[in-house]
Amino acid sequence: MLELENVWKSYRVGALGSKRLTAVRDVSFAIAPGEVLSVVGESGSGKTTIGKMVLQLISVTNGSIRLNGEDITAARHSRRKAYYRRVQGVFQDPFSSYNPIFKADRVLETVRESFFPESKRSEWDGKVERTLLSVGLDPGAVLRKYPHQLSGGQLQRMLIARALLLDIEVLVADEIISMLDASTRIDVLNLLGGLKQRGLGVLFITHDLSLANYISERVIIMRHGAVVEMGATGKVFGDPRHPYSRNLLASVPQLHRKWSDAPTELEALEPDGDRDIAPPPLREVDEDHWAAIGP
Amino acid sequence: MTAGITPDAEVIGERGEHLYFALRNPKVVIGLTVVTALLLLGVFGPFFVSADPNEYIGPKSTAPSGEYWLGTTYFGQDVFAQFVHGLRSSYVVGGLGGGIAFVIGLSVGFTAGYRGGIVDELLNMLTNVVLVLPALAVLIVISSYLEVRGVIAQGIIIGLFSWPWVARAVRAQSLTLRNRDYVDLARLTGKRAPQIILKEIMPNMASYLLMTVILLFGGAILFAAMLDFIGLGPTDAVSLGTMMQQSMAWSSLHLGLWWWFVPPGMAITAIVGSLYITNVGLDEVFNPKLREM
Repeated sequence: MLELENVWKSYRVGALGSKRLTAVRDVSFAIAPGEVLSVVGESGSGKTTIGKMVLQLISVTNGSIRLNGEDITAARHSRRKAYYRRVQGVFQDPFSSYNPIFKADRVLETVRESFFPESKRSEWDGKVERTLLSVGLDPGAVLRKYPHQLSGGQLQRMLIARALLLDIEVLVADEIISMLDASTRIDVLNLLGGLKQRGLGVLFITHDLSLANYISERVIIMRHGAVVEMGATGKVFGDPRHPYSRNLLASVPQLHRKWSDAPTELEALEPDGDRDIAPPPLREVDEDHWAAIGP
Repeated sequence: MTAGITPDAEVIGERGEHLYFALRNPKVVIGLTVVTALLLLGVFGPFFVSADPNEYIGPKSTAPSGEYWLGTTYFGQDVFAQFVHGLRSSYVVGGLGGGIAFVIGLSVGFTAGYRGGIVDELLNMLTNVVLVLPALAVLIVISSYLEVRGVIAQGIIIGLFSWPWVARAVRAQSLTLRNRDYVDLARLTGKRAPQIILKEIMPNMASYLLMTVILLFGGAILFAAMLDFIGLGPTDAVSLGTMMQQSMAWSSLHLGLWWWFVPPGMAITAIVGSLYITNVGLDEVFNPKLREM
């Protein structure tokens, strides 16, 4: 459904754009309907940049992003707007996603303004109510409130509801639960699970491996802007082939282990080299399991 | 948080709250009253006096009386007529100069801050160049080249030179605001850049922008008075500054014609001072930490 092919992103930095900083290097993957694809990696690995490129909030330097075969990179405004009917995003910080001086339900109203200007008020209100109920919100408790009067979990659900008001096929969820507390987290996470049953593809960006394991069918591990390992969640987490993936998995704190226990031995990794050259190619090490390692 | 426990005060909303506190802030009320009173005098006064304030109508150098409220000049011109016409010119210059500077400053600042990249660098360069230009020297040169200088021309010139600090401040603000997620969300809703600036970013800076208008307005009036006083004022009209310049040129201080220069001086001080007081008051309105409870 949504495909990325050899996507690169470099930023111009410095005076008059004299230097370049490459954030994403040669990334290719696809999301199928009804699938949650997790992108995992450390800070600065380029995972958020990928999410923003999929949402066309930043341009793609090289390569293409296609939705159902249609290249959407560098689309004009009207085509991009049509694209946003089918692809939407939810961001990390619920309190920054709402303009603090307006009521929170304005995010729903602007969707109507932009995409359904001819819909009748009563019909629209009914649709909003149904959608809010479907994400587990009580319309009476969240409508006509200011963002600071709602909790982070309510705000994030409302943003998911906003996306669902459109007939989306792909939802980009960029760290959407990292700012929520533990009890709300699992509800929002399960909500994402419900979305995939409706046939949505979800691009789930996270730094938390256990969340990725919990929710996703497939997982991508990124480092220094490139994919180091990808494939079915069970295979990548069960049998990590790349040293970085093994380190990452070893670093996850376990519930019954203390730091004073024998420290985890981390493997030596290649340092960050010239980011402008293509990263090591991915090799299929198993069915639906690729890793950037030599034979 | 559920509906039941929300206190009513929060439901009023920020706008109503600001108006509420503004009307109860003595600085805002006093400042606005003085500015508005003088504005009304400037707008309606000229209809009741001679259309030509430079007309020689009465006895020379008479003190204020029932007939000539503010006396007459060395040449027998009615000072009150000059004063109300001068007030009108000052407000025109303030409005025009402040307005032009506001529009240019906002356009440059928002474009630079929101677009970023090369556009930002070029606009920032332009801003800095205009900022370091010695505005007074440039204005003197320009003003002395213009054969006929009117109030409008003066306002435009002042406007063209006083926008840079607005642009810089607006740019800095929009640089931070455009990285908020709600801007990204508005883009995902298919909004274009101008709509996002107008509907998402500007409302967040409304208090700041209001104060900018006030400061620009007062600054333009002050600058105009300065130009007038050094003889670069309008040649075809009377302004508060030219009144003071004329009174100085004909040694009214030595002749004791205080009614010639005190009213314009007081008026300029009152307008600019009241604007600044309003500004301080608004600061208290918009920043709850400064409010006196």
